[in-house]
This record gives sequence, C-alpha cells and structure tokens, in this order.
Amino acid sequence: MKYTEEHEWLRIEGDLVVVGITEHAATQLGDVVFVELPAVETMVASGDEVVVIESVKAASDILAPIEGEIVAVNTKLIDNPGLVNEDPTGAAWFFKMKVDDLDVLDQFMDEDEYNDMIG
Amino acid sequence: MSDLDATTGLKRLGLHDLHLGLGGKMVPFAGYEMPVQYPAGVMKEHLHTRAAAGLFDVSHMGQVILRPKRGLEALCAGFEALMPVDVLGLAQGRQRYGLFTNETGGIEDDLMFANRGDHLFVVVNAACKAADVAHMRAHLGAVAEVEFIQDRALLALQGPGAEAALAALLPGVAAMRFMDVAVMDWDGAEVWLSRSGYTGEDGFELSIPEGRALDFAQALLVRPGVMPIGLGARDSLRLEAGLCLYGHDIDDGTSPVEAGLTWAIQKVRRTGGDRAGGFPGAERILHELAEGPERLRVGLRPEGRAPMREEVEVFAVDGTPLGRVTSGGFGPSVEAPVAMGYVPASYAHSGTAVMGEVRGKRLPVTVVPMPFHPTTYKR
Repeated sequence: MKYTEEHEWLRIEGDLVVVGITEHAATQLGDVVFVELPAVETMVASGDEVVVIESVKAASDILAPIEGEIVAVNTKLIDNPGLVNEDPTGAAWFFKMKVDDLDVLDQFMDEDEYNDMIG
Repeated sequence: MSDLDATTGLKRLGLHDLHLGLGGKMVPFAGYEMPVQYPAGVMKEHLHTRAAAGLFDVSHMGQVILRPKRGLEALCAGFEALMPVDVLGLAQGRQRYGLFTNETGGIEDDLMFANRGDHLFVVVNAACKAADVAHMRAHLGAVAEVEFIQDRALLALQGPGAEAALAALLPGVAAMRFMDVAVMDWDGAEVWLSRSGYTGEDGFELSIPEGRALDFAQALLVRPGVMPIGLGARDSLRLEAGLCLYGHDIDDGTSPVEAGLTWAIQKVRRTGGDRAGGFPGAERILHELAEGPERLRVGLRPEGRAPMREEVEVFAVDGTPLGRVTSGGFGPSVEAPVAMGYVPASYAHSGTAVMGEVRGKRLPVTVVPMPFHPTTYKR
C-alpha cells in the first residue's frame, strides 16, 4: 500500500490502482453523509478533483493522485456513504484507475513514512 | 468563564478542562474555544440527544438580569419598547422568546426572557451579548439596573431522558412544563432553570454559579443516558427543529415576518391590539403582517443526498434566481439533507419545486414546512 500527502491510499490490484482515503482522513472528516463519484472511462490528470465527499461538517475533494483512466467506481458508497467511516481502507475504496506504468507509485510514501507524516 | 488564552486570543469556558478530559475537539466560536464534538462524533451525538439526553455547555451565551428601578411594570413596558413582543402579559415563572428589532424592522438579536417575579432574566446570543447589554443599558437605564452576569455557567440538558436525569438532582423539575422557569437549590448552589432549549426536544437550560458548574456537570454526566454533546450536533439539532441561527437565518436586515417568526409577535402588539406598535421598525413589521412580506424563510428538502449548505443559491425551475440557503446540512434524524433559506413569497408555499446549485449543478429541491423533525416539547 502507498500513501499520498492528501491522505489517500493506493493499492495495486492486477494492472489497476485502487484508491481510497486513510483511516486518519476518515476520522478527521467525521461522519460521511454523501459521496459523488466520477463517471467510469474518464481520463484524469494528477490533481484533478474526482470525488466529492461531504461529512456532517463540510465538503472535501479527493484528487486523482496520478494520471490515468477511471475504470471502476464503488457505487456502494452512493447508498451507504457511512462505509467510508466503517471500513476506509477496505470496503470503502472509491475508484480504480488504469495507468500506463505502475512504477509511478514509487513516488508515494510507504506506511511508515505516512505514519511519520501524520505524527 | 472568560480566561483569555494568550496564544489564540479566545476566551475559555469555565468547564474548558472538563471538555478536554471528555475528548472534546475545541474550535473557535463567537470568541470562545468551544467543543464542536466529542469522540462519538456529530452524528452519534445528534441521534443520542434525540434518543436519550445530551448535555451542552452554552456558557458562552449572555445572561442578564434586568432589575426594576421603578417597579416591574415600568421595566416590562420599557422592554416592550425594544421588541414586537408582549412582555407585560408574561406571567411570573414563565419564559418567552423575544427579538430586538431595529428602526428598519431588522433583527438585532433573538433572545429568551423570563419573568422571575421581582426581575426579568434574559439570555442572549454569544456573538451579540456586548451589543445587547449596551443596547439595554442605553434604553432601559431609567427603569432598570442591567446586570451582566459573568460568574455563572449555562448548561443545556436536552432529549427525552433529560427530565429523569435532572430529576435525580432536582426532584422538582418533573412538575415544570415547556417555558416554565424556576430557581432550585442543588447541594447549596442556586440553579436557575427553564424548561426549554434549542434542539426541538424536551429539556432544560440550567444556570449555575461557576464555582459549582463542574460538580453539577459531572453529576449529570454520570446519570444513565447522559452524554456530552458539542456545537456540531447542537447546530444539526436546531436545524432539524427549524430554529433560526442568528447571523445566518436572521440578521439586522431580515424582519421577523420574513423569518416566519410571526408566532413571536402576540396579537396585543399588532395592529388593532391594545399596545400595537411602539417598537423599533413597527412600520415595516406591521405592514408586512398585514400585507405579507416580499420574501419568506422556508424549509428546503433537496431530493438527492447532496447537502445544500449556507450560501447555496436557489433558483426557480425556469432559472430565475430566488435567494440563498441560510443554513443547511445533513439531518441525522431525517436521514437526508435539510436546509432553510429565503425565497420570494410567491415561491414559499409547501410543495413548490425549486433548484439549488451545488458545485455548478442545479439539483431539485422542494419547499417544505418546518420543523423537519417533530418537536417534543412538554406543553
């Protein structure tokens, strides 16, 4: 598992990258009440706002961590946004991306580095 | 209650350390460091308050005693000249909702006032309290001593379990009904209480000398079903109850009639009443009561799941701009987004389809009656 400074986790699944948010991020957001997902087959650039998450407190975005194509989204989150708080690193993945080269993940933090960052 | 933190410039509540000990997440609000939530989180705190009992620290609010100089009647008459509200008719031991209005009919603050026999007790919003005290001193100086109480904490215990939990400490509370006030002794401390609150639930507001507030709060927190609740849930609870937040849903430009607060303007102060008019902004307010206001505060129910928060713009289905959301979010008990805002009177009837713009997309919304969640006051 790799981690971004935006508190996303990235997991390789076959030739795809699965993206979600960390437990730390889910706790900070508070109870998630709404998730808006991108359309599949969308091409995104790194830094594009691809997901909107609203908690009881505020709205926030998830940015595409890398360039690629969104090939799947987790539609379970639409009816059950609370899953983001219950199982942020498992069942509550947001989208899967197809990227040219999985080596782009090397630039991101590993778990120890991420834990150091959040203190 | 007003220890100033040197680094933040914010005032600290007398119960600051209790909040920290309970895991409260402190945020700036109205010049104070306030607990916005505890570890349970806004959703659970909200639902707990509706199911059992929630304890809120609202000590940031202003507590004021108006002590008559020339009799209570002269004081009540003077206080009536500041509000479109019947003060003279308020019985001893009862509390009422009031509003300070300005010359243009806008609302300077909303408040609660109680007739405690030989004086009036007033509770005002935190952000307005200095201005309110100055306002009262300027206008009531001839008829009242205006005592700004700064050595008492104010707690609210709200929810269906509030009566049982509080009765364990103050057995007399079970006999009180909605908007009754009383003074009771708890272990040598004088508690000033009212059966009221701002969540839509039955409950109590409790003023207690600051030196005893910690003991009292802890004695309540150990009662079965009582949980500490932060400002986050206080806001979602009052929103579901359709209650206005000053500075958001009402302000110095909105009139009580536009805000749908006509229930707070008793007949005796309206045209044809014995003491009609005679308050700031009477011309506009009485006109709006007779003719109807141009715009109205309404309940808004987004059809989808996307919350519509303050500042979301509201449009007619044909694209005509109508107004804005003044408070909005997710209603944990409604299990859906809820909002309130102002629209022209012709769009204010229940069932009207309108649109709210979220992140550039116009989404369907229905105008609905408030409250969004039924209130359970013990009348």
